[in-house]
Amino acid sequence: MNPAFSVIFLTTLIGVGQGLFLALYAAELGSAFELVPPQDSRSFFALGAALALGFLAAGLAASFFHLGRPERAWRAAARWRTSWLSREVIVLPAFMAAVLCYGAAHYLGLPATLMTGAVASVLCLALFVCTGMIYACIKFLQEWATPLTVVNYLLLGCASGFAFATPMAAATGNGLVVPLAAGAVMLSLAAWATRAAALARNRRIKPKSTVQTAIGIKHPRIAQKAQGFMCGSFNTREFFHGRGGQAMSLVKWGFIVLAFPAPVALIAAGTALASVPLLSAAFITQYLGLIAERWYFFAQANHPQNLYYQAIS
Amino acid sequence: MTQLALVIDLNVCVGCHACVTSCKEWNTSGVAGFLSDDRPYDRDPTGTFFNRVQTFEVGEYPDAQTVHFPKSCLHCEDPPCVPVCPTGASYKRAEDGIVLVDYDKCIGCKYCAWACPYGVREVDEHQKVMKKCTLCVDRIYDPALPEAERKPACVMACPTSARLYGDIHDPESVVSKAIREQGGYALMPEWGTQPANHYLPRRRTEMRIHKDELERADNPLKIDGLLPKPALKEPALDDVTSW
Amino acid sequence: MSTASKETASPRTEARNTTCYMCACRCGIRVTLRNGEVRYIEGNPDHPLNKGVICAKGASGIMKQYSPARLTQPLRRKPGAERGASEFEAISWDEAFALMEERLAKIRATDPKRFALFTGRDQMQALTGLFARQFGTPNYAAHGGFCSVNMAAGMIYTIGGSFWEFGGPDLERAKLFVMIGTAEDHHSNPLKIAISKFKRNGGRFISVNPVRTGYSAIADDWVPIRPGTDGALLLALCHEIIHLGLYDREFLARYTNAGYLINGDAASDDYGMPVLDRSKSEEIPEYPRHKLWWDRHTQRPVTCHLPDADPHLLGEFQLPDGMPVKPAFQLLMDRVRDYTPEWAEGITGIPAQTIRRLAHEMGVTARDQKIELPIAWTDSWGVEHETVTGNPVAFHAMRGLAAHSNGFHTVRSLAILMSLLGTIDRPGGFRHKAPFPRGIPPLAKTPKGPEGVRPGTPLGGLALGWPGTPDDLFVDGEGTPVRIDKAFSWEYPLAVHGLMHNVITNAWRGDPYRIDTLMIFMANMAWNSTMNTVEVRRMLNDREATGEYKIPFIVVCDAFQSEMTAFADLVLPDTTYLERHDVMSILDRPISEFDGPVDAVRVPVVPPRGECKPFQEVLIELAGRLGLPAFVNADGSRKYRGYPDFIVNYETEPGSGIGFLAGWRGKGGEKFMHGEPNPRQWEMYAQNNCVFHHRLPRSYQYMRNWNQGYHEWAQRTRLRRYADPIVIQIYSEVLQKFRLAAQGKGRYRKRPPAHLRQRIETYFDPLPFYYTPLETQVTDGVKYPLAAITQRPMAMYHSWDSQNAWLRQIHAHNYLFLNSETARAYSVEDGGWIWVESPHGRVRCLCRTSETVEPGTVWTWNAIGKARGAWHLAPDANESRLGFLLNHLIADELPAPPSLGLPGGEGRGGQRISNSDPVTGQAGWYDLRVRIYPAAPGEPQESWPQFDTVGPVPGSSAARRLWQAFVAGKGEFK
Repeated sequence: MNPAFSVIFLTTLIGVGQGLFLALYAAELGSAFELVPPQDSRSFFALGAALALGFLAAGLAASFFHLGRPERAWRAAARWRTSWLSREVIVLPAFMAAVLCYGAAHYLGLPATLMTGAVASVLCLALFVCTGMIYACIKFLQEWATPLTVVNYLLLGCASGFAFATPMAAATGNGLVVPLAAGAVMLSLAAWATRAAALARNRRIKPKSTVQTAIGIKHPRIAQKAQGFMCGSFNTREFFHGRGGQAMSLVKWGFIVLAFPAPVALIAAGTALASVPLLSAAFITQYLGLIAERWYFFAQANHPQNLYYQAIS
Repeated sequence: MTQLALVIDLNVCVGCHACVTSCKEWNTSGVAGFLSDDRPYDRDPTGTFFNRVQTFEVGEYPDAQTVHFPKSCLHCEDPPCVPVCPTGASYKRAEDGIVLVDYDKCIGCKYCAWACPYGVREVDEHQKVMKKCTLCVDRIYDPALPEAERKPACVMACPTSARLYGDIHDPESVVSKAIREQGGYALMPEWGTQPANHYLPRRRTEMRIHKDELERADNPLKIDGLLPKPALKEPALDDVTSW
Repeated sequence: MSTASKETASPRTEARNTTCYMCACRCGIRVTLRNGEVRYIEGNPDHPLNKGVICAKGASGIMKQYSPARLTQPLRRKPGAERGASEFEAISWDEAFALMEERLAKIRATDPKRFALFTGRDQMQALTGLFARQFGTPNYAAHGGFCSVNMAAGMIYTIGGSFWEFGGPDLERAKLFVMIGTAEDHHSNPLKIAISKFKRNGGRFISVNPVRTGYSAIADDWVPIRPGTDGALLLALCHEIIHLGLYDREFLARYTNAGYLINGDAASDDYGMPVLDRSKSEEIPEYPRHKLWWDRHTQRPVTCHLPDADPHLLGEFQLPDGMPVKPAFQLLMDRVRDYTPEWAEGITGIPAQTIRRLAHEMGVTARDQKIELPIAWTDSWGVEHETVTGNPVAFHAMRGLAAHSNGFHTVRSLAILMSLLGTIDRPGGFRHKAPFPRGIPPLAKTPKGPEGVRPGTPLGGLALGWPGTPDDLFVDGEGTPVRIDKAFSWEYPLAVHGLMHNVITNAWRGDPYRIDTLMIFMANMAWNSTMNTVEVRRMLNDREATGEYKIPFIVVCDAFQSEMTAFADLVLPDTTYLERHDVMSILDRPISEFDGPVDAVRVPVVPPRGECKPFQEVLIELAGRLGLPAFVNADGSRKYRGYPDFIVNYETEPGSGIGFLAGWRGKGGEKFMHGEPNPRQWEMYAQNNCVFHHRLPRSYQYMRNWNQGYHEWAQRTRLRRYADPIVIQIYSEVLQKFRLAAQGKGRYRKRPPAHLRQRIETYFDPLPFYYTPLETQVTDGVKYPLAAITQRPMAMYHSWDSQNAWLRQIHAHNYLFLNSETARAYSVEDGGWIWVESPHGRVRCLCRTSETVEPGTVWTWNAIGKARGAWHLAPDANESRLGFLLNHLIADELPAPPSLGLPGGEGRGGQRISNSDPVTGQAGWYDLRVRIYPAAPGEPQESWPQFDTVGPVPGSSAARRLWQAFVAGKGEFK
């Protein structure tokens, strides 16, 4: 696939938003059970919710750039019975509304923040599932068609959200830095593990479709000579990224380093030194890593349609 | 239930691209249009087509085949492109099984193209909606056309009649018979999409000649008297033994 | 598409029938217009040729109609601008006509041959030929000499008919179909329809071709062959079929000259000629028919075709006067004795075993799967037959055989093979199409010397003809050619289509003389319709010391801005096929079917763009202005209002009843073939799908070389002058006459000049023989080990489709295809840049490896590569940047090979000869030998050579192109 930056930003930004919300809600739950010190409603929860909303809104905005006809985007809610994309289109605004309520409740000092947060959390998790399933449900995109896709979206989103929450906590000077940092580190390590598992799995994928099944001829040696046109079409522009193995390898190692060990190390250092800049750097590093990760996620997916577009003459 | 489809006979397709441009000219002016072109007279011309003819080589010299392979939407019976569409723009008609896109509903998210293993959908870069073969739905039911011409433009055009058209759910239809009798097959069966379009494989007619067919009594060389006869004086058994 | 009403809203608003011209196939089309704009072009289901189908080109006609490369105004080269720079000013038609009239009138009044008219892929040779003849110039031809004249000449001099327009394989009834040297084009839709039906009926299809594409792709067997060696294969097949006795003896004996006794007295003036029965008088001097057989039953010589006689085909006899004679078939058998499959294997690369198998399949199918149709007919000797027999082996061949310097004899070998199998004009074999078969040779003749060319007078004969004896040659007393292209001279005696490829070189050199005005219609002589392209472009632009151009005035008529238009002094904007009246006449190359004559017309479906004017109208206008006799009344006033009027009212002679169109003649349209002019003829054609199809009675549909009923019908309808039988010439009497002239024998006035004697003697062999193509003979086979050929893709025709926005997406640039083994051997990589080098030049191009090409061959699609800016494409268009033209490598002249026996040394008539077949002058452009090597890493990633950008001309501005590019994105065309 040829990675589309609109989708890369959509998925990574809402991931941060979702993770950030979960971090907030986890903090609130933690304080409810007196595991962590309580926080100020306005300066922490309301601000955090606003920031989460900001990420979500930015992601939503990015998604519009992916559409040919964005003015009709509202129609995308129509097929929630069958389409994970449609479900995402419903759940994302619902979740944003819930986050808004959650933030507003905190801001206005209304009760039932825990209930609101619970509803939002359910929507948040549903959104992770929707986003992941958009990709995981396409069975012939074998690199994506695995539960690991959903798990990775969940863990990577959570990790980046916690990684954002940590410097936020540090900046607002509350006592959640260490638990949030611990969460960020653990989630990053978990995401590292599952993403590595996905990479390992994808390395072993044997494509079910071959040029033989594509044209229905059983012969060990088949080569395309002409794809029917010479200067490209939607099929070549949308499904081929045109980067060589070296570039792919660079991106892969780039995201493996940037998204996992680097932020973990920076968080550890930042927590130990109580340094907001270091903790901020940890988030930025991880987010850059996630952009690379998402690019790689798309680029690595080898669409079977590509079997039909191998040569011109 | 009717399932209209094309059956492509690879045994006679010579790769002339008649179906490609006939499709383009019909549909750019029809209800599925337009089919835009970009840089038509410049470097790297490109455009939207519903149908392409590709060329594959099978085998190694000299036992090599050239296979011309036309490909357009296969109108799957279980089309993966339909359920993924968030707006319902991509749909399969109950009455005849044609998979269509409603341009008024399409938001151009391209998800259906991702969900199609065959690469037969193309975004029109100017209308910004997804386009694909309609099986010339604006021809096949057009009462203004003579009955014999109510067929997709590509089928009407094909000089080798390599494109058969009909209802694959009707066991007596031309297409069903062709699939049954000539080993019609579907593309990428591994995904269970059940393409309605089928392909008919190459069939080879061979000839075997027995040796005795070359040595027949009615050989004209006998009439012309030139079948080689030894000279009478050449040695014979008569010269060497008396038994 | 969401509502039912939308589904039925079809774009159909107004539909008109006419005839396609996206290639030379001429299918019937139905054009749908919306608000006067062409929106849809489909095949006409009621047309006999294409039966409703259409091809990629035909379905893209809209993009030709609205191409920004269209010329729209007459243009004159700007004073001071160089030829080739494409700097023009628009002028009016009045000015253009005045310019031409003044110039041409002067030429006609002094020396008409200083005007030359050569046409490309046109379909109006009847009119252009008439114009040239009336003008009085011998210098007229179409592109056949470059294209496929060997196919026409080789077949017509043997069986009186040929492939494509003149005949073809009867695949309805054939069981075995052998296609040899056929590429994707030529009679394409009918052939596609027929092959598909044939395969579905279980027929067996074998393709012999260096490359497996197109039709060959669906062959049951592909037999790869080295280019230019088809003759060896065909002769080996003849060898095998004769030596196994798989020939059709009855057919050979009755319908060919196999049983004719050939004079074996080397001292005789008629040595090598069939012995005539002098006791009989000949009614038709051109075609004497009283020749001798040696009768098997009475064992004595008899006049051929005596009732109850049966000739010996083999043997050696002595006539009562002592003359040693042999039947022609014996001579053929002697000739092919050494042409064994093993011999051919070494030349063709086809295993001997395969050659044997092919021969056996042909012979056994022909013999054992005979067809008997219950159709009674009478032969030319009065014998009544109850049935028509068919031996169901059909062949098709085209340029792959023809475009070699040994092509004439190769094609003759094919015709002989087809005759051995008894397949001529029989069901399941080869079938003629009217007006063929013609006598061997056809009666049409050129003048016989320079006296045929006189000021102010029509030419004393046809510009192109069919020489029957050396005395028919168009040369002066010294043997010097009268035609600028040297056709019908001792260099190319049977150049029946002329030698378009020699014209520019000869005119530039002044050999045999200089000309004044060269008029080119629809031929891209500065690009793909020429060999030695770089030099030809230079010659077009070359000047005398006085500053005058060596070819003083060049007029180009074309619908599009081609590479050639840039070199014109005057450009005439032609219309497209959708904007004009046109005829596919029986006088030219009609579209007849096996069952009878068919001709067709075009009628305009849209008005001409800008000031475009059909070339036909230009000719009629010019002919009127110049007072050419056929085009003016006795008082000198114009006879015809325009082309449609001309077509209706022109008769070959006053009152002859023969005109350009055969259908709906007579006052009320009640007559056909001949009859008085019918003022409503166009209307009647238009009402009848623009096509006239006369079906012959079934008894006239077969065996037409010898079918008395058919001949009488043809004579009555003036299709032929004589009703005599057309006996197949497996032994060519015409060729032997030329050989005799070279040997100083025979009673011929004309003799070849000394330096051409050996050449004539060698190549005018009455029996087919194989020789290595001339270019191969003179090329170092070690240094240039590969054969290079081109073919035309099915989705493009000549060079003119690169302007077509849809078709150029399919072929935007071309690759050199080569076998992957070959690529390994020469260290070139799939998709990489390579150099292709011939002794003549070199080209840088992209290459593509393939498994479907013979390893000693490289090939590419023809004429995809373009000069920068030509066809109004962007200067960086893929066609010019990445595409390439193989013609740059092809020499138009070669050092004379020793086999020609020409004197050595430099200079004219000495060392260099045209790269053409020595019999017909067919351009040997498939004989090219090359070597390949990878381009160096640092070289530019573009094809080479590149030429200066050709700018847009007035009337086809860049703004228009940009506008059309913009609206193309909106689904609009203009």
